[in-house]
Amino acid sequence: MIASLKKPEAPSDDKRWKIVQATMRRNGYSRNALIETLHTVQNSFGYLDEESLRYVAASLRVPLSAVYGVATFYHLFTLKPQGEHTCVVCTGTACYIKGTPELLQHIETRYGIKDGDTTADGKVSLLTARCIGACSMAPAVVFDGEMEGNVTEEQLDTEVDGWLKS
Amino acid sequence: MTPEELEQIAVDQQEAENQLDHRINVCMAASCMSRHSEQIVKDMQAKLKDMGEKGEKTQVRCVGCMGLCSAGPLVEVDHPADEAAGKGPEKVMYRDISPEHAESIVNATVDGRTLPDLVQPTDIPYFTRQKRIVTENSGYIDPECIEDYIAAGGYSGLVSALTEMSPDDVIHEVTVSGLRGRGGGGFPTGLKWSTVARTDADQKYVVCNADEGDPGAFMDRAVLESDPHRIIEGMTIAGYAVGASKAYIYVRAEYPLAIKRLKRAISQANKFGLLGTNLCDTPFNFDIELRLGAGAFVCGEETALIASIEGKRGTPRPRPPFPASYGLFGKPTLINNVETMATIPWITRYGGEALAAIGTEKSKGTKVFALAGKINCNGLIEVPMGISLREIIYEIGDGIPDGATFKAVQTGGPSGGCVPADKLDMPVDYESLQEAGTIMGSGGMVIMDETSSMVDVARFFMEFCKDESCGKCVPCRVGTAQMLDLLEKMCAKSATQKDLDLLKELCDVTKACSLCGLGQTAPNPVLSTLHYFENEYMDSLQGEVTGVGAVPATETKAGAPDPTHEK
Repeated sequence: MIASLKKPEAPSDDKRWKIVQATMRRNGYSRNALIETLHTVQNSFGYLDEESLRYVAASLRVPLSAVYGVATFYHLFTLKPQGEHTCVVCTGTACYIKGTPELLQHIETRYGIKDGDTTADGKVSLLTARCIGACSMAPAVVFDGEMEGNVTEEQLDTEVDGWLKS
Repeated sequence: MTPEELEQIAVDQQEAENQLDHRINVCMAASCMSRHSEQIVKDMQAKLKDMGEKGEKTQVRCVGCMGLCSAGPLVEVDHPADEAAGKGPEKVMYRDISPEHAESIVNATVDGRTLPDLVQPTDIPYFTRQKRIVTENSGYIDPECIEDYIAAGGYSGLVSALTEMSPDDVIHEVTVSGLRGRGGGGFPTGLKWSTVARTDADQKYVVCNADEGDPGAFMDRAVLESDPHRIIEGMTIAGYAVGASKAYIYVRAEYPLAIKRLKRAISQANKFGLLGTNLCDTPFNFDIELRLGAGAFVCGEETALIASIEGKRGTPRPRPPFPASYGLFGKPTLINNVETMATIPWITRYGGEALAAIGTEKSKGTKVFALAGKINCNGLIEVPMGISLREIIYEIGDGIPDGATFKAVQTGGPSGGCVPADKLDMPVDYESLQEAGTIMGSGGMVIMDETSSMVDVARFFMEFCKDESCGKCVPCRVGTAQMLDLLEKMCAKSATQKDLDLLKELCDVTKACSLCGLGQTAPNPVLSTLHYFENEYMDSLQGEVTGVGAVPATETKAGAPDPTHEK
């Protein structure tokens, strides 16, 4: 039996699928490019949903189970939609020694969210990272992609409160 | 690219530089950038433009990491020699610069003055005790400008290797240099190269491991961000030596700036004919592609890394066969760490003997360390092998802040261990560290003072290993989870002597039976803290915990120095 060479249709006419297709095309629709493709999907859509996993699996001719396996294996991929803003607290050794546990505890007490949670209004997600390489500025927190060093509880509150009010 | 063309680029660049009166170098590595160094550059450039003719002879340049991250953003001004006043060329470093200082620095520089209030002295041991090979260019050249790298002597090692040396000569030089894998294992690089070179295959690969996953380590990030062409040059030389034509750099997705600069560097090198086909008019072809990691510590293990590049789950497989004979896509593959690759251009330029002259008998050359934690000079250092821990911590690192007492230094990340105060005079080389129950690792050094509980530190690393265990082999998957349980019990003061015995037993089992390095080394933080700080384990059994790590946050503030007020 000759498998169909036709590429599957994008799940919707959302323009972002074009970016995903471009990544796959650049890598010759090779199955080796699975992780690259998932990166693109997540950068474009914010997370990986079932629809996108199915689409990537069909396009790269990788079993859906393998795609799911990869998506769940790597920490950076998330299958849940994130809040409007993300707050990534570094939990590397230097940050740990310099007070990350207290920061996390503070966030939990004040905002009621733990690692991986999103506030009820969907505004802020709390994530942790295993060392972002900013050890000289420990403790470090990444607010919406902007890294801040030597973060204090007050600084963190100002940032997060600003988001919650917006 | 011929040697003459390369020389010409270097000369042109040098001449363009000589036209300038002053140069203002602003650090644009991640840590200073997060403190608005980009804005400083913009403000300075705007100011110079406003000055018109007067400002034309001064250039603001974005450079890589200057090392002393805790004093960032750092700015360095190059003053030319002033023959009338009998002064030679001068470099002045400014610390803790913010955009408000931009204007005054520009004004002072154009007038040839310095601003004493902002000066960071560079005659302190932090700067004078270093020996810079891997980081020789970082802080001096613009990482996004290939001409700058060439003017600093870059790519001359590659061109001379291609035009004057045979692959065997290159391997010989690397072997003579005594270089050992800087990723932590310490495997002799020359031996690895010759194994791959000897293996017959139609296709071979070179892989650069830039998946710096160790918490507490940021050397590779700094090298990638500050001098990306160095990695490309090193990899190309490696490709020539082992007969590979294709290469991958596996870089962490957590390092967006490093990725951006690597991409730019690769395309520049392609444009200049330093990557691609028929390099230097020889039959040698070489291509480099980037592959992004996705946040898995285990992918630092070479077989897991290969699986990840192939787009699979990053799980290791038993070795042999080693990647040198059966690696990426089933082909012989040379895998080296960033720092190893970055040492190669220096070796081909100055010869293996030159590197072998530095360091100790078995550990040659220099090593880059990242100093972090409770230490005054936080940042990046490059020192000759064999230097003592005391020199690193008390002289280069300027000791412990807030008058606290040094307790231990953690090296090697989750695979390493803690070294206590009475071992401070030990030389830093692969063998001595191993003897002390830790490893060289990739070079992260986290310094702890008396406020850190060692049991809690062990628990922290075990939690890390448990999370990062890929789950393929039972000893590691189950062992780390069980050990974490026991350590948590100890931190909660509810453990018994039986638990401690069980912990010791589990350490042995996990160490002996795990499939890959992650599991085999996961017990190291426990074993080393057990060895040096057994009293703390005993205390945690009897219902007493030393240090603050294991006590709720509110109680820590009372006795301990506030960690946020350190500089």
